[in-house]
Parts: sequence; structure tokens; C-alpha cells
Amino acid sequence: MNNISLILKREYFTRVKKKSFIIMTIIGPVLMAALFIAPVWLAMADNDEVKTVTVYDNTGKYAPAFRDTETLKFVFTQEKDVAKRKEEFSNSGNDALLTILDTLSNNFVLYSEKAPDFSLKEQISSNLEKYLEEENYKKLGIDKARLDSAKVTVNIETKTLTAEGEKISSAELGIAVGYIAAFIIYMFIFMYGVQVMRGVIEEKVNRVIEILISSVKPFQLMAGKIIGIALVALTQFILWAVLTGIIVGFVYLTFGSQMIPQGQDIGQIQNMSSQQIHDLVGNGQFSDIILGVLNFDWISMFAVFLIFFAGGYLLYASLFAAIGAAVDNETDNQQFMLPITIPLILAIVAAQGIIKNPDGALAFWFSVIPFTSPIIMPLRVALGRYEIWELLLSVGLLFLTFLATVWLAGKIYKVGILMYGKKVSYKELWKWLKYK
Amino acid sequence: MEIIETHNIVKQFDNHRALSKVNIKVDEGSIFGLLGPNGAGKTTLIRIINQITAPDEGEVFLFGEKLKPEHIKNIGYLPEERGLYKKMKVGEQAMYFAQLKGMSKTDAKTKLKTWFQKFDILSWWDKKVEELSKGMQQKVQFIITVVHEPKLLIFDEPFSGFDPINTDILKNEILTLKEKGASVIFSTHNMASVEEICDNIALINKSKKILDGKVSDIKNEYKSSIFEIVFKGNFNKFDASLTADYEILENIKKNRTSVLKVKLLNQLKPNDLLKRMVEFGEIVSFNELIPSMHDIFIKAVNENN
Repeated sequence: MNNISLILKREYFTRVKKKSFIIMTIIGPVLMAALFIAPVWLAMADNDEVKTVTVYDNTGKYAPAFRDTETLKFVFTQEKDVAKRKEEFSNSGNDALLTILDTLSNNFVLYSEKAPDFSLKEQISSNLEKYLEEENYKKLGIDKARLDSAKVTVNIETKTLTAEGEKISSAELGIAVGYIAAFIIYMFIFMYGVQVMRGVIEEKVNRVIEILISSVKPFQLMAGKIIGIALVALTQFILWAVLTGIIVGFVYLTFGSQMIPQGQDIGQIQNMSSQQIHDLVGNGQFSDIILGVLNFDWISMFAVFLIFFAGGYLLYASLFAAIGAAVDNETDNQQFMLPITIPLILAIVAAQGIIKNPDGALAFWFSVIPFTSPIIMPLRVALGRYEIWELLLSVGLLFLTFLATVWLAGKIYKVGILMYGKKVSYKELWKWLKYK
Repeated sequence: MEIIETHNIVKQFDNHRALSKVNIKVDEGSIFGLLGPNGAGKTTLIRIINQITAPDEGEVFLFGEKLKPEHIKNIGYLPEERGLYKKMKVGEQAMYFAQLKGMSKTDAKTKLKTWFQKFDILSWWDKKVEELSKGMQQKVQFIITVVHEPKLLIFDEPFSGFDPINTDILKNEILTLKEKGASVIFSTHNMASVEEICDNIALINKSKKILDGKVSDIKNEYKSSIFEIVFKGNFNKFDASLTADYEILENIKKNRTSVLKVKLLNQLKPNDLLKRMVEFGEIVSFNELIPSMHDIFIKAVNENN
């Protein structure tokens, strides 16, 4: 036991102190935070800039469609000659030139010197659409006010019936949480499983293995390595979560106070009842999402995530360790890597289908078979579409399979780490299992 | 008393038998040479003693007790295939291995520092292993093997990769460790070093032990009554006088001096030869040729094959 902790410490600290780990740990959250912040920031950045568009309207009918806004100004030109008009536009330094040659709706051209500006195009076309629509209403004798009053928006609230009564839950939130959980497990199994394999190969190539196993049992070495690297993975995961949270939180609180209803902070919102929140933010989709977040069973989700994260990692890491022991260098590992990576990739691909049909046969089998369950089961739990017995079966099978693979890998590892210069086949591996 | 004893060790790999019924005994406080051609099964035997692999049949006793996992701490093993973590610092790494052998942190540190000082490599403590030459790494590995002061030391080809100066330093260290009471199993192809430092040997060939005993006894056993004589006188007359009991293996003449190698057959004594020779000239030197371990090794293995 003492040996395992020594090995574990070495595996952990040599990895955590590595430059690549530190860089990854910093870059990861920055990228993730950027993912959250970028859309908001871009929207805000857009707002400050005032764009000016030169309009040439040959028909003379559209002037009312171009009203200046805070961010968009329109200048009209009467220059008929195409070449001269373009030259005038170039000299003016305006952002774009819109030409309207006749009344047909497909006769609008927007020129610009730089690459075309998508949002500008959208704004202008929506202006024009609105204007043309209104013209049409008038032509057809439709009263705009009456038409508006006839419009309906349907907003379906999703609620889950639980023992404690009904709860508002958000299907979108379930999908997001489930998919993120599945993807994180997938990514970490891959990243850190391969690290286990590399570590084993490194010891074999360095020939440090002989010295090591004259002091410790091969199984202790394997266990120490797998657990040590698991802790590295966990450290990285927690650091990522915390740092991303800090960055996003900091940015939102500093620049995005308008995101949150005036005069309320998040803490207060959490303490409010559903009804109060309804009153506060109105009866829209936004309030449902907030309620969904508050009602979501984060604790169970986190527990399930951890169980399957650990189970899946240990299962795959022991297999990766066995591969590392069986080969002499990383280029030889293809034939053994394939059968391991296929179920993983299959699971993450199937996840998209399972989101659409979380109770189907595919979902059931993928969430019960231990090689795919670490990815699919947390997804189904997040979606709230599972039976308790399915969850228990899945965890039980995962646990049993994990014990079996560790035993199997231990056997292969024990023989493999001392084998050099031999291309190993599956037949060979089978024989190793029988060695004392 | 024996520090280690193996009883009928058998180890089978697939379609290759690595060891068949091997018995060896290593006396406490002695240096035991484990010899044999490549692939004879030496490393497998050493791995069994180190509990890296288990034998299919047979038993190993350490201090008269059946081998058990705790015994690992009493053994120091320097494998033939050896290496270190390249990216780790020398001192940190030595500490790691010492602690894996059960030493406490403080104990490991003081003892390692003493050894590093002895080998004059204390300045390498904070260097990364990859910055060291191969010979330097070997020194570190030697220290790692002996630092926990094991009762039994196993060296598999310890001198490979060492220059003559460092080979001598190492040899002296091994002898010092023996004086301090450690027993040593020494596996090597370097027969000269076997003669220099081994008390007993066992020779393994094709999975079987074919020869064992004290080095001096074995040498006597392999004496073949060949004498090297430097002789000044009439060789031809001497040669003509010889009966079929004498066989001249070699005769190198220089002026009037001959260097002869003569084999005595039919239990003739050296004195019989001497008596004959003095009649024909002057004897400058007269030595019995004692076979080297090198010759014994080759002879024993060839006979066995």
C-alpha cells in the first residue's frame, strides 16, 4: 500500500509539474470562457460602431425605409453614372453602397470595399422587408393593427412529475448538461488513457521497469500509475471548471450587469420561489430556463457523472496500460488501439441519436454495455429519461467489468513489461494470461 | 550457512524451457558467480529470486525461509537491462527508488548523500538524468541498488558500459560490501572478473546446471596435467627419449631455448618429467598450466552440448 502511494505521488507530481500540463490548464478555461463570452462581447462591440451607408435609389420610392438608427446612418446620392457613383462612394469613406435600380425586390445590390458585412446586410434587408410588407398590406387593404392582434406565440412549459410534485424542467438544459457530461468523460478517458499507455511504454523503453519491479509488484505499479494519472485528470477537470467559472463570472459581473434583471443579484434569485421568479422575469422562455436550472438535480447528476467518469476511466485506463505493456513503442499499438477506441467513438456518435430518442433500444443497450455506458448513462440521467434499475444495472456491470479488465490487464502487464523486441499478437496475449 | 537456496526450479515458457530442476546454494558472505551462455536461463533464475516471476515448480529459500514478498527489501538487484526516468532529477529519482525499498525519507537522504559523496557525484543531485553520460547513470544505478543495505545483492553484468577505472572502483566496492557481510550473486560473461572476485560458481547451460562448486576446486578438477617448460638444451634428443606417456602439445624454439607444453598421461607425476629433462639440458622454468575460467567455461559448455 505504501508503495502504491509512492508510485502514485511520483506519477502525479511529475505530470502536474510539467509545462504542458500548466499550459493546458490555463488555456483550457480561457478558451471555454471565450466560448461563453465571445457572443456577448461581439454583440456589445457591434453596438458602439456607427456605420454609414450610401444609398442610390433609382426608383425614389424607398426613402422611408431608411431611417437612421443609433448604429446605422444613411446618406443618399443622385449620381446616375455607375462609374462615377462608385468613385464617389470610394472617396466618401462610407461603409457600404446600396443601389436600387427598380422596384422588383431582387434588384438590390450592396457594395462594400471590405468583405461584405453580414449583420449590415441583415439589418438593411430586414428594413426593406418590413417596408415592403407594409406597402403590401396597404395595397391589399389589410389593417396592420388587426393583423398583429391576431398573431399568437405558443410557449410550452416542460414539467416533470416527481414524488414531491411537479417541477418545471428544461429539456434544452438536460440536453446541454448531458451532452457536455458525455463529451467530458469521452475526452478525459481518451486523453488520460493514452497518458497511461505512454507512461507504461516510457518505462519499458527506458528499461527502468526492471529496477522498478524488483522493488514493487507489477500490479502495484500499474495501480499506482492509473490512480496517479486519474488524480491528474481530476485536478485538471476541477481547475478547468473553477477557472472557467471565475473568468466567466468576472466578465459577466464587470461588463454584463444588464444581463441580470436590475436590482437583483444571483443569490437573491436563487432564494426566490418559482412564482416570484415568474413575476420578476415575466412568463417567457427565459424564466423557464432559470427555473429549469434551479430545479435541475445537480447533486445526483454530479454523483452519476463522477461514478461513470471514474468507472469508465479505470476500465479503459487498465486496457491502455495492458496495450502499453504489450508493445515496444507507440507505433506498434495500432492493432490493439482500434478495438478500444471503436466503442468510445461509437458511443459519442450515438449520443446525438440518443438525445432524440432516450428511451429506445439503442439508448438502453448503450447505457448498459460497460464499454459505452460511461458516456451514455450520464447523458440519459441528465435528460431525466432512465429507470432506476437501468442505472443500477449499468453501474453494477461497469464495476464488474472494471474488475475483470483490471485483472486481465494486470496479467498482460506483468508479462508484457518484460518482453522486448517481439511483435505481439492476440494469440500471444492469450498465452500470457496463463503464465504464473 | 546458505543465504539463498533453490530447490528443483522449473520454468517453462510456451515451447521453451528456461530452467529445468536447477539447484543452487549461495553461502552467506560469499560472492557467487552465476555463469552461462546467452539464453541459458540465468536472468530467469535471477528474476525468480527477485520474485519478478514465479517458478512453475520448485522452491526458493532466503535465510532458510520460503521466499515471500517482504523479502524483496533484503535484496538489491542491478538488472542487466537498466535505465532511469530521463526527465527526473538524479537525487529525486534515487530518493524514489530508495523509498520503494522501504527506507524512510530521512534515512534515504543521509545514506544517498554519503554514497554520492563517496563516488564524487554529489554535484549531480539536481541534474536531470538525461544530462548524464551512460557511465554516470550506471554509477547512480549502482548506488540505488545498494543504498538500502540489503543482505543479498544481485548484479547482472555490472561492469558493462564502465571504463577500466570505474570497473575497478566498482569491483572494490563489491568486495567492500562483501567484507561488511553482504552476499553477492554475480552474473557475468566476463570470466576474468569471475576469477578475481568469485568464491563459488554455478554454470548453467540450456536450462540445466552443469557445473558448480568452489572456483579453486573447479580449477583443480579441470587441470589436465599440462606443464609449460622453458628449456635450454637438446630438444630432439629429449623428444626421442619420450615414451607414449608424454604428449608434446606445443614447441616454440628460439635459438637454443624451447618453450614446451607437455601433457602427462597415465598418472605420471611432474617429477618423472623433470627427471627426464635434466638429462638433456637446463630447465629455466617449470609450471603447471591451470585452466582459466574462460577455458573451463568453453570446455564445460561444449562437452554439454
